[in-house]
Amino acid sequence: MNGFHFNTKSDQTILLGRKARNLSELLSGLQTVPNSSIYYHTHKYLHQHQYLSPEPPNDFAYWITQALNEQTLGEQISSVDIVQFRTIEELRTTFVRLFQTHLAGTERLPSAPLGQEFHFMTSRIFVLKTPYVARSLEEFREMLQRVSINTLYYHVFDAKLKLEKGDNDFSRWFRDLGNLELAEQVSRLDPYTYTLEGLRNKLIHLVEKYGPH
Amino acid sequence: MVPIEDYAPIVGQRAIDELFQLAEHVKGKHVQNINSTAVGGGVAEILTRVIPLLNQLGVLARWDVIKGNEKFFAVTKKFHNGLHGVPVDISKEEFEWFEEVNRQNAKELSFEDIVFVHDPQPVALIERRSELGKNWIWRCHIDFSQPDKNIWKFLEQYIRHYDVAVFSAPAFARTLSIPQVLIPPSIDPLSDKNKDLPPEIIDKIFARFQIDQSRPIMTQISRFDFLKDPLGVIKAYKLVKQHIDLQLVLAGGGATDDPEGPVIMKQVQEEAEKDKDIFVLFLPPSSDIEINALVRGSTVVLQKSLKEGFGLTVSEALWKGKPTIASAVGGIPLQIAHKHSGILTHSIEGTAYWIKQLINEPDYARQLGMNGKEHIRNNFLITRHLKDYLLLFLSLFHKGDVVDL
Repeated sequence: MNGFHFNTKSDQTILLGRKARNLSELLSGLQTVPNSSIYYHTHKYLHQHQYLSPEPPNDFAYWITQALNEQTLGEQISSVDIVQFRTIEELRTTFVRLFQTHLAGTERLPSAPLGQEFHFMTSRIFVLKTPYVARSLEEFREMLQRVSINTLYYHVFDAKLKLEKGDNDFSRWFRDLGNLELAEQVSRLDPYTYTLEGLRNKLIHLVEKYGPH
Repeated sequence: MVPIEDYAPIVGQRAIDELFQLAEHVKGKHVQNINSTAVGGGVAEILTRVIPLLNQLGVLARWDVIKGNEKFFAVTKKFHNGLHGVPVDISKEEFEWFEEVNRQNAKELSFEDIVFVHDPQPVALIERRSELGKNWIWRCHIDFSQPDKNIWKFLEQYIRHYDVAVFSAPAFARTLSIPQVLIPPSIDPLSDKNKDLPPEIIDKIFARFQIDQSRPIMTQISRFDFLKDPLGVIKAYKLVKQHIDLQLVLAGGGATDDPEGPVIMKQVQEEAEKDKDIFVLFLPPSSDIEINALVRGSTVVLQKSLKEGFGLTVSEALWKGKPTIASAVGGIPLQIAHKHSGILTHSIEGTAYWIKQLINEPDYARQLGMNGKEHIRNNFLITRHLKDYLLLFLSLFHKGDVVDL
């Protein structure tokens, strides 16, 4: 049986030097920036505000609501259920469609106040191995209590959507172990509605409940 | 020198372990910081703190200062003002002198594996790159959101030869042919300005200034210049005072380049003379403990700037768990998510409204303060700055969106 190697990661934020003052410019940016930028702007809050629950919305929704005062569109964008998406491209298509529909139905094109423009960014991740390698679910549960939240973040969020592995690393390993029920329970979890510490506790609980006794 | 392990109780041992793990991949590389001043100013302050910590992590970091005469620094001062949007006129001869001084320094310096150049003054050292090779980073610490076009054009011809440019806030990013990395500044939680203080020290300092701790206190720590809007703060205070018996503390010091500074100062003093609950405190540069105590003992902290570079005073207030109300300018929106980790305002009336809300709803204010503190812990402490620098050095040797170390 292959063990589970816990990794950790660090992010470097890259400035793309591109900004938007209104929805039309935001849409244009959304259509052309790299996938990693869409990922960055939909996940940054989760990482930077990991102690808050419920989570503040993604960058696009936050800017639309706070800088443009477009409450309805802001709510629509923040309600996009990111956990449903398997690729960034699908997520981009959904955002683009929402923007286009909104712009087609209004004459208004409010501009952000000076200094509050939207700045497109992206990130690079540097992945490091940790000394933790779990050979059993019991070891996995014990190590999950000790790893950093960056480790958790990498295996749950980055693995599925940034690295486009289709599912989180934990579920993929549980499946390899033959524990399909545990794999399914973790896959079904909406990690976007937890703080990272809350997510750690939930995962530990699921391993205790569905793992071997 | 502060041992790096002293930060473990604040950010967690895992964060310190990760720094050592990242630094392992930079081992053997010599990092040479170059700027134009050894003391005074934010860049010297951060280098003084960061370099010993990098060395403790095993990174061979050193610091060189370029030499320049009065004429050179008169030109770089003009650059500084022009980059901040003040109209300046720089002659061809002045540009040439800037280049000449950089060339003289480039001849005298010996360069290491990673040349880490800070701010515009030494930017033209890069001229020697074609002859020397090496890896070059240009780190801009100043507000670059609306630079003077001529100065920018002049600097850009050098910046484009670096491997990477680093800016402190997203709004400072430019259209450049080289990658641009975001590295915001940070605060040191163990410095006198930010470390925990026993309540008796706080009480003593408030007693010394004769400020009544039994009534609400709103405080702004900043220089007394137009851009920090002390008169706007007084107006907001007066609006609140109609309903709440509070006191206002305006504390700060330092020189101001603002020509309107003395006028503003006089008006602030006049307002203070009319109201015994307004405290205007001019503090000498060695007043870090006093500033720390004043913030810790306040009910609400303000940063009502009209323009800001990054506005680290906001991080300093949030780190003390203080409910903070600040203008949505410069780097402040990076530090405060409105209604989550503090309050962002756009007007005097809005500021007054939120001061009332936070004083009258202490539970909400406390929650904001707690969230703010966690936000600073995760994003604006010196340990994050160290991590960003390690990643920056690593990025010179690794390409791609995902780097497996």
